[in-house]
Amino acid sequence: MMLAASNTLPDNAGYVAAAYLVFLALLLIYVAIMAYKLVKIQRDVAEIDELADRRIRDGADDREPEREETPA
Amino acid sequence: MSGSRLRTLSIATVVTLITGYSLAAFVAPMDADQGFMQKIFYLHVPMAIVALCGFVFAGICAVMHLRTEDARWDLRSYVAIHVSVILGVGVLLTGAIWAKASWGHWWVWDEPTLVSFLIIFLLYATYTPLRFSIEDREKQARYASVFAITAGAFVPLNFMAVRAATSLVHPRTFDSADNLPGAMRSAFLVCLLGMVLLYVLLWRYEIAHKTTVAQLRALKRKLAGDDGARSRRSAAPELQVR
Repeated sequence: MMLAASNTLPDNAGYVAAAYLVFLALLLIYVAIMAYKLVKIQRDVAEIDELADRRIRDGADDREPEREETPA
Repeated sequence: MSGSRLRTLSIATVVTLITGYSLAAFVAPMDADQGFMQKIFYLHVPMAIVALCGFVFAGICAVMHLRTEDARWDLRSYVAIHVSVILGVGVLLTGAIWAKASWGHWWVWDEPTLVSFLIIFLLYATYTPLRFSIEDREKQARYASVFAITAGAFVPLNFMAVRAATSLVHPRTFDSADNLPGAMRSAFLVCLLGMVLLYVLLWRYEIAHKTTVAQLRALKRKLAGDDGARSRRSAAPELQVR
């Protein structure tokens, strides 16, 4: 089977395949780096979400004593 | 750029690249001189053209930055150089593979096209360290723009000098003899279009990423006070988002 394939492949096919694989590898590395950066962004969003939650909770805590003081 | 436009651009890029390389593989005839090895040129030459044009584009963005003092132009110039350097790595590697197959050597030092591209690549390889070495963000952006303009002007001058130099070794894809006929030419042009779209796509992705990071940093600063997101020393331009 492999012998048949090597007989049908043109000369220097390995070099051509290598060149296209280099290009594919570059693209994959780029995508992997972008994926890593996306994970960092997601972590930042989670952090901001937590900060926003804490702010809302702090705001609610500040308002509660005022409500108790107001006459019915 | 909105998400839907980026998605459309992504689909267009993938479709064009697949069409281009299918044409190159199955429709374009085998080169009489180089044989199957010539198929590398459908990848290597468009990548080289787009990388060099990207460097010139970065220079134009840098001119706009110096004229307007808008940090977004600095970001555009920075990202254009970044993407071009990535393509430049591809050009050098695929060129070396072709050289090994054709000449029996990975690199030939007396070939002006190869050496001039290497010089340009190495010149732009110093861009990021140059930015990183300058702490003051305004100075960093200004010096980087001056670098991008000077180096961007050097690219076409260098290209013309190499063309003027007589070389019988490195093949020419386009010249006055019109040596790329019919199906070969159309396959090459589709591959070139695909590479242009890929460049624009990667450039857009990175701009979107950097803008999002700047927006997140500004949001964090708003929520946690000024100490919440102190910016670290970086080679990347800093966008001021309110």
